[in-house]
Amino acid sequence: MDFASFLIQTLNSLQYGLLLFLVASGLTLVFGIMGIINLAHGSFYMIGAYLAFVLASATGSLFMAILLGIPLALIFGAFLEWALFAHLYKRDHLEQVLLTFGLILIFEELRSLLVGDEVHGVDIPAMFSGSIQLSEVLSYPVYRLVISGVCIVLAVALYFVIQRTRLGMMIRAGNHDRTMVEALGININMIYRVVFALGVALAALAGMLASPISSVFPNMGSHVLIISFVIVVIGGIGSVWGALAAALIVGFADTFGKVLLPELSGMVVYIVMAGVLLWRPEGIFKKG
Amino acid sequence: MTTTFKHIRNIALATAFAAAGLTSAQAADKVKVGFMLPYTGTYASLGNAITNGFKQYVAENGGKLGGREIEYYTVDDESDPAKATENANKLVKRDKVDLLVGTVHSGVALAMAKVARENKTLLIVPNAGADEITGPLCAPNVFRSSFSAWQPSYAMGEVMAKKGIKKVVTVTWKYSFGLQSVEGFKEAFSKAGGKVEKDMTLPFPNVEFQPFLTEIASIKPDAVFVFFAGAGAAKFVKDYAAAGLNKTIPLYGPGFLTDGNLDAMGDAGKGVQTTLHYADSLDNPKDKSFRLAYVKAYKQQPDVYAVQGYDAAQLYQAGLAAAGGDASKQDVVIKGMEAAKIDSPRGAFTLSKAHNPVQDIYLREVQGGQNKVISTAVKSLADPARGCKL
Repeated sequence: MDFASFLIQTLNSLQYGLLLFLVASGLTLVFGIMGIINLAHGSFYMIGAYLAFVLASATGSLFMAILLGIPLALIFGAFLEWALFAHLYKRDHLEQVLLTFGLILIFEELRSLLVGDEVHGVDIPAMFSGSIQLSEVLSYPVYRLVISGVCIVLAVALYFVIQRTRLGMMIRAGNHDRTMVEALGININMIYRVVFALGVALAALAGMLASPISSVFPNMGSHVLIISFVIVVIGGIGSVWGALAAALIVGFADTFGKVLLPELSGMVVYIVMAGVLLWRPEGIFKKG
Repeated sequence: MTTTFKHIRNIALATAFAAAGLTSAQAADKVKVGFMLPYTGTYASLGNAITNGFKQYVAENGGKLGGREIEYYTVDDESDPAKATENANKLVKRDKVDLLVGTVHSGVALAMAKVARENKTLLIVPNAGADEITGPLCAPNVFRSSFSAWQPSYAMGEVMAKKGIKKVVTVTWKYSFGLQSVEGFKEAFSKAGGKVEKDMTLPFPNVEFQPFLTEIASIKPDAVFVFFAGAGAAKFVKDYAAAGLNKTIPLYGPGFLTDGNLDAMGDAGKGVQTTLHYADSLDNPKDKSFRLAYVKAYKQQPDVYAVQGYDAAQLYQAGLAAAGGDASKQDVVIKGMEAAKIDSPRGAFTLSKAHNPVQDIYLREVQGGQNKVISTAVKSLADPARGCKL
């Protein structure tokens, strides 16, 4: 591999890793703070992508679709928490798995009834549809760089909210000791509802942003779900920074694995996961 | 109160069972056709198209095949190989179908072929292209109305060599259909003196292609041969165009690359050339009448999968007609099917000794959201049926 290719592959890794972070961050928040194993997280990604498709077709613009889609996802998330997940906090993980697996089936079936089973494309917004010439024959789509930019901004924003705001403090406290926080007069149920809605919105946003480059198709959430769990486990459950670091590691491992070890490309990510877990069984950024 | 209710319920149940018994007694003089196809999941639209095509031919034939009325049994195979044997047995052992039709997913079809062989049930595969089905695992009672993975890809190898392309990179998912497609392509391409610089694979259904595009740009081959299908194919073609590679390095592949996903591809698909046994602008009267009738019945355009379903019905019609409508005379039905010349919308075809269509493969190009025919790539191409002892 020559140096130019190496640099481009590095860019590929970063870009892929950042997109993975966007999906996994919601999962790690919900899993880490609320203790919910949410298998339906991939479905929220799928729902986001379909929302982008439907809303972009209706309004003619992906921007509008995202602006409308985020509040819808937040409301949907809050509703699900109120109707279903709120009843699960005191149950064991097996029952959570059962409910969220059921939700995957229901969401896929609803998707099939409402939008159908065809593959759809979403147009890249005109202002980002260009590309940058990187080498003689290869250019890089501007939209991919925009996605990376959005992911970085969101990572910083998440850090700020969780570490520097009152809401973030309550979230962290709730994570640490639910009963104590309640005793202090904080409405923990409301905190959980906010966190869950945020998790759903993050996954849906990832789906909306990815829809122009990944296309919109049935079961698109299932692959994302597995890789998201890998990231959450590598990064340390509940840690946003851990998810970021792990997503970048997975991005690099997958990209360079495909190029350098094509025979093992399907396994590289999982080998890395096994290695990290041997080194730090609770993930890179385990909670103190 | 509850006893009265129970009593009424029992009577109702008894009546229902009696009625059910009545219908199954009537059904005995109908020929039983069992569809085992994907009706949910990624391939649901393919399963529906095949079913529609089959039923359209039956409808054109006065609701009958071989002069007999048809009763349908349906199982959703979910494209899940783990459930394939159980699902096939539902139709074969429970419903005792005369003809089993299925399926799309090759892994599921291989399991169905095994069940069909063991129970001597007649099977028509209306899509799955695994070479084995009419290769090492061929059987007297197993037929295919679609294609083998080898066929369109082999044709593409010849086409590309004839265009003077020398240096090629291949990309596919690392699963049997993808690898068989690449093998078929290489067989023809290498024979004609072409050279494959690198074979790239990624695990199914991974669609992160960016690293490969960077690789292709640094290798700079004359062309790229690629097998993907459905949403993954749409994404590959879009990523390829977004990376600007389509300007200097043309993209080729078997027709699945651009079938059923042209809307999703948008402009990125323009000019991509593929090979397949069907296309959107075939100039034959049979195709025209087929397409008209299909649009009228189902309010949507037919695709290659609908054609394959339609031809599965035609094939069985030929067999049943030969046996005078007696589905139980399986030997005669098989002989009739083997001898059939199917007047298909794709152009007439016959069957090879291994029961795979011997058919024309077309070279198509994506133009104006359609796969337009450019030429016939190879006439009457027969799968080599390696390992078949029929």
